[in-house]
Amino acid sequence: MKDIEHVILQLNTESDTRDLGLRIAEAAEPGDIIALIGDLGTGKTALTKYIAEGLGVTEEVISPTFTIVREYRSGRLPLFHFDVYRLASGDEFMDIGAEDYLEDSGVSVIEWADIVADVLPEDALVISLEYGDDGESRVATIL
Amino acid sequence: MKHDKHLTLGIETSCDETAVSVVADGREVLSNIISSQISIHTEFGGVVPEIASRRHLENINDVIDAALSEADVTLEDIDLIGVTYGPGLVGALLIGVAAAKSLAYACDIPLIGVNHMHGHIAANYLEHPDLEPPFMALVVSGGHTNIVNVPDYNRCEKIGGTRDDAAGEAFDKVARVIGLGYPGGPKVDKAAREGNRDAIDFKRVYLEPGSYDFSFSGLKTQALNYLNTEKQAGREINVNDVAASFQEAVVEVIADKAVNAALEFGQKRIVLAGGVASNTRLRELISEKAAAHGIDVLRPSPILCTDNGAMIASAAYYAYRAGERSGYDLDAVPGLEF
Repeated sequence: MKDIEHVILQLNTESDTRDLGLRIAEAAEPGDIIALIGDLGTGKTALTKYIAEGLGVTEEVISPTFTIVREYRSGRLPLFHFDVYRLASGDEFMDIGAEDYLEDSGVSVIEWADIVADVLPEDALVISLEYGDDGESRVATIL
Repeated sequence: MKHDKHLTLGIETSCDETAVSVVADGREVLSNIISSQISIHTEFGGVVPEIASRRHLENINDVIDAALSEADVTLEDIDLIGVTYGPGLVGALLIGVAAAKSLAYACDIPLIGVNHMHGHIAANYLEHPDLEPPFMALVVSGGHTNIVNVPDYNRCEKIGGTRDDAAGEAFDKVARVIGLGYPGGPKVDKAAREGNRDAIDFKRVYLEPGSYDFSFSGLKTQALNYLNTEKQAGREINVNDVAASFQEAVVEVIADKAVNAALEFGQKRIVLAGGVASNTRLRELISEKAAAHGIDVLRPSPILCTDNGAMIASAAYYAYRAGERSGYDLDAVPGLEF
């Protein structure tokens, strides 16, 4: 996914977020890890929904906050959607069996990835989401 | 020995709690042990960090022993093993499933894999001895928001669910935003009692007409925007008002949809289940709206609203009575649907 690294994107509307999600999905390869960083309400789950749409996932993508991870296997590649909000550390992430997912041939999207940054591989695509100036817009920084 | 009654051992490890219970004839709770509520930590190797499946593994045998001992029975008295096999966290589910399979095999008794969501609904059979299907169920918790038509003991037809965040999750997140902390549900509930529920006009999200689905993720953004606007204007924020107004926006939609579902499907009862069923305002509002149509509202006591083994035992008992059996190949299904 080299072609979309080191970019700062202004996401003015939901449609911009969708475009980003679809582009990520199109470039995604088996084993890819997408680490999302950003506060409550910055659109992490929304972006994940569009990545899922781009992968051709037909199930409803709902928040995995409670179960930590949800799997979707109806798309071009399996999608593992993590939300590590309730975890305290990378060790806890490994305790719940994260390795099995990350090493699988699917795409892993991890919300609140900063919490588990110490155990993520270096080649993970890190996307930071922040509020724009007007409350509606968001700024995505792809690291 | 309690051989005059049919005894089910129910095991629940789908998320945070390691929970085991002994239930007689699917209705009577003889013991209900939930690991995170056990105060004698030394006996169980320390305080349990919430979600690690390793902790379930460390706990499970002790919790099973405690459940048998409190029910004053031994493994030889148990007639059936019920276990949650989904939905939940895979590593956590596997511990319960493996324990259940070993026990069923060792004792040569039947095994039933139970859907966690069916279990939440079955909690009502424990609370209300005379309750029988049909009814409309509303399952609201940290991880789920579902409206479920229950025509008989072994059929649960989901007619609506959340499209993004669960109701309990919305409570947790908004509680964090307004600085109330965790667990959000009880904290918002408490603060809301001191607040004005009409103070802020949070949007009621009903989605398409006739839909029984929910969407709560926008509320969290609305709350954030409200706080930012007030801060920028230099106005003081009344946390109780935000809590009350937010809570009203969530429970009003839930109550309306549950009552509409009961009316459409001709059900005379609405049965609440899951952690958010303990919310004071939800209970009040749904009872009010249902009463206007002659519909009764039932709910379990708070201890049976949380994840527990008793509800799994009850659901397993009724599945067993209907002739269901699980094999030793029973596996955890983290994404199990209704």
